[in-house]
Amino acid sequence: MDRPALELKRTLAEQTCLNQGITFTVYSGDEGTERIMPFDLVPRIIPADEWRHIERGLEQRLRALNLFLHDIYHDQRIVKEGLIPLEIIRTAKHYRPELVGMDVPHGIYIHICGSDMIRDSDGRYLVLEDNGRCPSGVSYMLENRQAMKRVFPKLFRRHPVRAIDSYPQELLAALRHVAPHGNPDPTVVVLTPGIYNSAYFEHSFLARAMGIEIVVSQDLIVKDAVVYMKTTKGLKQVDVIYRRVDDDFLDPTVFRKDSVLGVPGIVNAYREGNVNLANALGTGVADDKVIYYFVPAMIKFYLGEDPILPNVETYLSAVHSDRKYILENLENLVVKAANESGGYGMMIGPQASRKEIACFRAAIEADPRSYIAQPVIKLSRSPCYVDGSLEGRHVDLRPYILMGESIKIIPGGLTRVAMRKGSLVVNSSQGGGSKDTWVLDDEEARC
Amino acid sequence: MLSRVADSCYWMSRYIERAETSARVLDVNIQLELDNEDQLGGRIRQQWEPILATLLDQKLFHHIHKSFSADAVMDFITFEKSHPNSILSCITLVRENARTVREQISSEMWELLNRLYLYLRSEAARAAHKESPIDFYRSLVDSLHAFQGTTDATMTHGEGWQFLQAGKFIERADSSSRVLDLKYHLLLPTGEQVGGHVDITQWNAVLRSCSAMEAYFKIFHGRVTSWNVAEFLILHDTFPRSIRFCVDALDQALHSISETDRGHFKNEAERLSGMLRSTLDFTTVDSIFKTGLHEYLDQIQARLNDISLALADEYFSL
Repeated sequence: MDRPALELKRTLAEQTCLNQGITFTVYSGDEGTERIMPFDLVPRIIPADEWRHIERGLEQRLRALNLFLHDIYHDQRIVKEGLIPLEIIRTAKHYRPELVGMDVPHGIYIHICGSDMIRDSDGRYLVLEDNGRCPSGVSYMLENRQAMKRVFPKLFRRHPVRAIDSYPQELLAALRHVAPHGNPDPTVVVLTPGIYNSAYFEHSFLARAMGIEIVVSQDLIVKDAVVYMKTTKGLKQVDVIYRRVDDDFLDPTVFRKDSVLGVPGIVNAYREGNVNLANALGTGVADDKVIYYFVPAMIKFYLGEDPILPNVETYLSAVHSDRKYILENLENLVVKAANESGGYGMMIGPQASRKEIACFRAAIEADPRSYIAQPVIKLSRSPCYVDGSLEGRHVDLRPYILMGESIKIIPGGLTRVAMRKGSLVVNSSQGGGSKDTWVLDDEEARC
Repeated sequence: MLSRVADSCYWMSRYIERAETSARVLDVNIQLELDNEDQLGGRIRQQWEPILATLLDQKLFHHIHKSFSADAVMDFITFEKSHPNSILSCITLVRENARTVREQISSEMWELLNRLYLYLRSEAARAAHKESPIDFYRSLVDSLHAFQGTTDATMTHGEGWQFLQAGKFIERADSSSRVLDLKYHLLLPTGEQVGGHVDITQWNAVLRSCSAMEAYFKIFHGRVTSWNVAEFLILHDTFPRSIRFCVDALDQALHSISETDRGHFKNEAERLSGMLRSTLDFTTVDSIFKTGLHEYLDQIQARLNDISLALADEYFSL
């Protein structure tokens, strides 16, 4: 295909996104706050055997994370047996002591997980971080596929690409499975912070695809520890809430008192077992980058297995010897705040100014618990269509893992691309784009 | 259906209709101005000020614009962002409401609105307006009609659709009453007689604003009088922009929502709409003119407002 033809296809894809309102919101500026995510036309291809390996690894990881969350809110065996210091758990920003002793349906805490993965220079897949709170981006995964099908229909007939469009149905099945009291016909809703949230498009997209209501907090009311939604026919009980609102903002009577996004009394209803939340409250502990360090040990501890997918090598500044190493090598390391996400609170040593390095040095010394460091990984690159030719750009991969009756992983995931040459940051809030991800079926290409 | 969603459907529909009315009124006024160039002879204000009065926007206009011109009025009603009833503001609100009920409306409806919104904000829209305002307003009305057709053809005719209907017809009834009232604000130039040339041109304009010209002439065979026009636009039973037709459709939508038989009522909104409907069924144009047309239309607008408040009370504020 020649350049004008490709350029036309790209414009077509972008125009489709804009017209359909497939946008995310950037929190600055005045009117240009809705942007489309830059879309790269060249799909990333993952062979069948490579995918099987990833799948096994992710499933193992999510089982261990759920056992870990159950453990720390119950017996804390992992602390008692000396694998993780109690102090680390207690000081994890999203640890919720209010939930200690509470049982959640089927013991599932993380129903929807998005683990970010990269490949190192040997081509090995490593897990960079786990997102056990509200992993976003799945709508882009689905829309990217739709866009590719519209723009390159013939390619799909020639290649055995595994379908991903069952995600909303799988998600709904997982949410229904965890209804309180084993209710076989629960009312499930999506709770969104509202249309000005950066991921609103996705919230609404998923609600539509699942055929369920999307609610904002004002739509919900708690009476006698039961959650209802306000409808034109009166109050209707809600059983499962796929909530895209952070713990902190969920209930002003328990967490942040200033939250206008919250539903007063919802945590009480949750504790009483009259409503279930997905993901559970308190899963943010697993997103803490210090806890991340311990995931391989967790896998061994709870499952008695060797981790299939390794972590990126990580240093904890909370540990004395590691801290010394970190402070001596700041200009060669990536330093991350343990509880930030979206590419914020992070320093890439080799690209940082002396001032930034000094800043992070002071921050680490003042609060060593809150920082980790990792070597700069040469993120693997993937060919992308840039200004008329193919160029390598750094990419990562966020597969979406669902845990209901069993664990389901949609083949593929969201491949995020650092669109700027040489950049290692793939977050959409920092100018990242995305591309379609093709997991191939075993059979030979059907030429 | 969620109360908030019903609320959004209702208002989304009202704003669409409001934008359409503005576009119609402007289109006709431009034509009227072209028709009357000799008679008007520079009295631009007489031609354009009533529009602002009809759309209740005089004060803000004079606050923003120090001098008066046709272009200023058009710009104010079409593109002015600080003006909450400008076409651009209406469509922005429509889109905002549509975004919050994205899962209720069809993708086709959403895409049509989103495209329209993006277009109205673009330079291309301003250029098109400058090139030919008449074409601009016509194609805007076409887009909004396409939206109505798309809605009927792609959305389930369930509760959400009924709230859209309620919003559409209550706003349309209100709009028709305001357009008719426009004539009250249009002063006849000195020396012009009631029933004279300018008077008739003005009544023609009122009919055209409501796309009622052809339908009207089929009944009244080319004779345009204030009584006939008022009778047609208020009391005709099957013309889709007459007040009686709109109130009937509103009443139908309200009864579908509550699943109550027509002629009965379960809530205040239905009681009020039913009352207004039966009043219109048994009103004569003579009694309207006895009350005074302007006064009568004021009463209609007040009663529509009461229905809207009762509707909000019943369904939106739980």
